[in-house]
Amino acid sequence: MESRVPVAEMRQRRHADLPFFVVMGGLSASFVLLIVLLLAADIMFTSVQDFRDALMKPQIQAAFRLTLLSCTVAAIMSLWVATPLGYLLSRYRFPGRWLVDTLVDIPIVLPPLVLGLSLLILFHLKFGEWELESWLRDTLGTPVTYQWRAVVLAQFTVACAFAVRTMRVTFDQIDPRCEDVARTLGCSRAQAFLQIALPQAWRGMLTATTLAWARSLGEFGPIMVFAGATQMRTEVLSTSVFLELSVGQLDSAVAVSLMMVIMAILVLLLLRAFGARLQA
Amino acid sequence: MIELKQVSIRCGAFSLNDISFRVESGQYAVLMGKTGLGKTTILESICGLRKVQAGSILVRGIDVTRWSPSDRQIGYVPQDLALFPTLSVREHLQFALRLRRASRSEMKQRTEELSQVLGLGELLDRNVQRLSGGEAQRVALGRALAARPAVLLLDEPLSALDQSTRIEMHDWLCKVKVATGVTTLHVTHNSAEAEALADLRLVLQDGRVLENTYSGSGED
Repeated sequence: MESRVPVAEMRQRRHADLPFFVVMGGLSASFVLLIVLLLAADIMFTSVQDFRDALMKPQIQAAFRLTLLSCTVAAIMSLWVATPLGYLLSRYRFPGRWLVDTLVDIPIVLPPLVLGLSLLILFHLKFGEWELESWLRDTLGTPVTYQWRAVVLAQFTVACAFAVRTMRVTFDQIDPRCEDVARTLGCSRAQAFLQIALPQAWRGMLTATTLAWARSLGEFGPIMVFAGATQMRTEVLSTSVFLELSVGQLDSAVAVSLMMVIMAILVLLLLRAFGARLQA
Repeated sequence: MIELKQVSIRCGAFSLNDISFRVESGQYAVLMGKTGLGKTTILESICGLRKVQAGSILVRGIDVTRWSPSDRQIGYVPQDLALFPTLSVREHLQFALRLRRASRSEMKQRTEELSQVLGLGELLDRNVQRLSGGEAQRVALGRALAARPAVLLLDEPLSALDQSTRIEMHDWLCKVKVATGVTTLHVTHNSAEAEALADLRLVLQDGRVLENTYSGSGED
């Protein structure tokens, strides 16, 4: 039988929901508005000419190239490490698991400068006559400190921690029963991981890569301490902003900042489009 | 043949002790008992997904207690089916064969056989996330049977289905029983289901499995 609710009552119910939407929408909009205002302020402050001038500087071009390269390498390295580590933390209860879980979070909570300093100390700490940096430089011919490799390592250290968190949550949400059944069908644990868990985790892997890339782009403190900001060698866009600011080039600093915003948006859009294609 | 000899299983505070029973080759056995008594735990132990503390598990007369699940040649259909969300129906039916490096023609032939027995012919290229409850059950059954397992373990295969699908699925199980003759252990708490399918009835009661003692009071 059709239920009959009086029109006045229906209207009243609709109005009763209004405060809910006003409060929720208002709070949400305040944050979105803040981001829009920040971007708008940057755009209004700079001009096309400033932007073009900044782009023409050879050191900014070099920083742009190094940023693209180092962020991409750091993101790929993060994914390689975060996928197995996230899986192990999600699926297995092993001795010391809580310790590993806590250690992984340290780069997230540690002040960036302290992290950079720790990297610097690690590479230059002497164990008797032996020192990691000297060994890498003299034996392998690959010095790290104050080189582009230091930029990648500093970015990776922080980015990977975020990627591990993402991958762990991803695997937590994937039903382990599927892997169990796969094992009864003849899969080894490795095959169950590669053929059953991993294909289900692609969305999380995409998110982890995006997050790692974005974190790497914004990395500043550890890079300054561990890699320095030598123009044409270890300068990345985040350090360019600082260097331009330190010599009073505010226009140029804002132009570089906008460039970073555009890069971040482009990468996010590209990865989303890639994800949509995978889903289709 | 499946045989459990004085098997003890412990998981957290729950434990089963001295479980013993035997299902002969080609028999269709139904394991009954109230919810929470450990029927699924017994199946998982036979599969190798759960460690046993004591006793031994024999499949085809071979002690497989310490074997890994991948070596036991057991077809397992869990209650939640655990279909692989990224694979199609065809890929499910060929999954175990691909692991055994079966030839393409062998996989094709087995897929045809199974899709005929289980009525999956028109669903082969469909993703498993787009299947109805009954169709998903049949895919899980086909996936378990594909590599011609020594035994088949079914964990409440009809419990989550509506009445009409349950009747339909029941008919499919009868068909599989006749077509394959595989030794089967079917867990249920539904006495009607047991009566219709079983050659052998086992009842889990007070932590023990009693053979041929069907009382008709297993239903919750």
